[in-house]
Parts: sequence; C-alpha cells; structure tokens
Amino acid sequence: MSEPVLNIKNLTVSFPDHLVLNDLSAQLNQGDFLSVVGQNGVGKTTLVRVILHELTPQHGKIEYRPVFKRMKIGYVPQFRNIDEEYPLSIRDFIGLNLHDSHMPWLSKKERQKLDKIIEQTNLESIQNTPLGEASGGEKQKAYLAQALINNPDLLILDESTASLDNVRKFELLDLVKEFNEQQGVTVLFITHDIELAQKYAHDYLLMRHGSYLSGPISEFKESDLEEAEHA
Amino acid sequence: MLSFAFMRHAYIAGTMIAVISGIIGVYVIGRNMSFLSHMLSEIGFSGASFGIFMSWPPLNGMLLFTIVSSVLIGQMSSKSSRREASISAISSLFLGSGILFLSLANKNASDATSILFGSMIGISQSEVDQILWLSIAVLVIIFIVYRDLRFDSFDHVGAQVKGVNTQAISIIFLVILALSVSVAAQIVGSLLIFVLLTLPASSAKHFTRTVSGMMVFSIGAALLGVWLGLYLGYVTNWPVSFFIAMIECVIYFGALTWNRIKNG
Repeated sequence: MSEPVLNIKNLTVSFPDHLVLNDLSAQLNQGDFLSVVGQNGVGKTTLVRVILHELTPQHGKIEYRPVFKRMKIGYVPQFRNIDEEYPLSIRDFIGLNLHDSHMPWLSKKERQKLDKIIEQTNLESIQNTPLGEASGGEKQKAYLAQALINNPDLLILDESTASLDNVRKFELLDLVKEFNEQQGVTVLFITHDIELAQKYAHDYLLMRHGSYLSGPISEFKESDLEEAEHA
Repeated sequence: MLSFAFMRHAYIAGTMIAVISGIIGVYVIGRNMSFLSHMLSEIGFSGASFGIFMSWPPLNGMLLFTIVSSVLIGQMSSKSSRREASISAISSLFLGSGILFLSLANKNASDATSILFGSMIGISQSEVDQILWLSIAVLVIIFIVYRDLRFDSFDHVGAQVKGVNTQAISIIFLVILALSVSVAAQIVGSLLIFVLLTLPASSAKHFTRTVSGMMVFSIGAALLGVWLGLYLGYVTNWPVSFFIAMIECVIYFGALTWNRIKNG
C-alpha cells in the first residue's frame, strides 16, 4: 500500500460569521490524484490555505509526510500577479524557485534541473519569451514547471485550468498526469469541472456545506453534485 | 580633474551610489514600489533637516528617519503600504516637518537646496568613508538574502508557498531601501532619488529578461549617468544632479522608444 502524504484529521475552520470546514477528514497517499469538487463557498480554497500553512484550523490537524522536514509543496493557482509588463523570461521565472545554492548565480546542478523541467513541460521553444507576453496556457505551464522543479511531495492545482480553453486544459492536465504516473507526484486538483475530474483524477472529494463525500472517481454520481448545488 | 580631492571624493562616492542604486532599483521595480521609494526620499529630507536642527550630520538624521519609518511601513500589509493615497499623505507630512526643522534650526534656503537636490561636489573624505561602509553593508545584506529577496520580489505567491518568510524579507528590503535612499540622496538630493533608484532599472527591463541581466544594465546606466554627470558638472559648473537626471531620462525614453519599435 502507498505511503500517506497528507492526513487531514477532523478539520474545522470557521470565520466570525460562518463555519467553512466542519470536521473534514481525508487522506492522500503517495501517487494519488484527488479531485476536490464542490460549489463556490464550500471551503475548497480554505482547505488549500490550511494545507499551505496560511490558516490555522480551530479544531483538527493535518499530518504531513515526511514528518521530519517541511513538506515540499508545488502550488499552481488560477491567477498570479503577472501583468503584461512583467519583465522576466519564462526560464528566469521558473528558476526563481531554485534554492540548492545561496549564490546569486545558478549552479551547474540548478541549470541542469532548469533545463530538464523546461524540456519536460515542453517550454523549450518559448523559454526566453517574457512571461508577461505569454498566452494564458503558456503562463499556466510556466507556473506548473516552477511548481514541479523541486520534485514536490504534493502538487496543488487550485482552479488552475479555470481560465483556459478546452485544448489548453487538456494539454496542461496531460502534463500533470505524466508527472503523476511516471514520477509518482501526488496531486490535489481543485476544480469545478467534473468532466476534467472524471478524465484525470483517481478519487474525488465532494465538498458540500458542512458535509463531505469521497471515493473512487468511477463511483462519482452527478446526482450528488446536483444535490449539493440545490442544498 | 581628478587631481582635485573633491572630484576624487565625488567619483568614489558616486560610483558606490550608482552600484547600489542599480541593484536596489531592480527590486523596487520587481516589488512595484517606486512610489514608496519616493516617500522614503521625502522622509529622508525631513530626517536631514532634523539632523541639521540637532547639529548632526544630515546623513545621520536621514538614516534615522528612513530606517525607523521603513520598519514601521514593513509592519503594514504590503497592500496597504502600496496605497497611493496614504503614501501621498505621509509624504506631505514629512515634507512639511522638514521645512519646520529647517526653520527651527534657523537655516537658510541653501541648506534646503543641498538636501533636496544634492551637493556632490562638497563631499568630504569622512562622508565618502561613511557612504562606502553603508554601501558595503547594503551589498552584504543583499548577498545574504539574494535568492529569497529575488523570489519574493518577482513572484510573491511562489515565495510564500516555498516557505520564504516574506514578512521578514519585506522589512529587510525596506531597511536596505532606506539605506540606499539616504546614501543616494547625497549625490542627487532627496527630490531626485527617482533618477537613480528607479529610472535605470525601469530602462533595464526593456533590454533584458533576467534579474541578473537587469542588474548589470541598471548598474551600467546608473554609472554612466553619475560619471558623465560629474564630468559635465565639472566642465560647465552646472548642477551635477541636472546632468544625471538628463542622462537617465534620455536612457529611459530611449528604452521606451526601442521597446515600441521592437514591438512594431
């Protein structure tokens, strides 16, 4: 059986005016591809913020593996503060996440890592393009490459495909699937897009206001989602 | 020209100032903090006036005010510290205070002019030494935090996820920005800080696509402005800061034109 990467235990988060997460428990094992689905306001982003240590839950906890060091997390959000004036090239942007050395310049090992991830994410031909001038799909690929450059224990895709057309969505998730299957990267995929979840994820976690359903994605029932939407 | 001690002092101090302004400017652009550096320069004016009022060297007063205020700004959220209206209000308050301190110190307009527009030619050996040590301190701090500062400046979201202590980096950056503003004000004056702290780096982003490339270009543009400005100031007896401002503006508008031509 695969090693657990993330163990979410009885997580409760509330804000002054309402309860967002209510006794949520879930587990992610090494190599899992879990899709978190649910309508707006059910706490998907709150869950991500707790995992990223940006929020402290009132009750419950998250156990991370490996426990002896800070877990390496790659995070790909829907939007980032990158406007068309952003000066760095795609290559330099991806390289921002390299910290194997403290020197201002990249070491040989770091340059090799950078070359490898650029090749794996099919960004070679546009690596010197200014990120600000790249298309939405190219930007998301660059964010993905930056998130993956240090071989993270967990990759979080937070609505990363929401602003892309169908072709770019599949292109991005095909890449993620490759890393998941070939390198065992554990994926937490937050999405509204059930079709994408069914095509790529192994398991699902359906979040509703205060209650949760989970299981293999093959057992996901559209009626559960509709029920949640009408709840 | 270099047989005169005052010109040698000017060139040594100017070179150090150009190097640190060129480097810090890249982070100012990356963090979108041009407006904040402007506010620090006005706080610097107030500090220098306070120094004169207290019979201290103006640079010491400037350092005191800019460093304390940068730490206070660092406590604010990055969103609120970039809020232009509050920055304008604080700038006005400090400019007004600066005028009050000068008035209380019974100093005349020439003191205000030298703080506002710089007095490069009058720099003494001890001031050169102070500028040199402050510049070395800035360079050492940047070297220590280089990667985290670069990450946070050009991708705040990524740096947070990576576990970079972005709040600490923000305060460290504001302190070295305060040091740089105080040092750079010695040559171009507090009103023209923009000229060395943001124009070279703003020009650089049109020619290069890496942080290190931007730094090299930015240092080069700042050095060109300072060296040529000092020379032209020497031969014409016109203010050095006028020439530096002109040269940096020519480079900046040249970069904009180049960018427009390149993009059709």
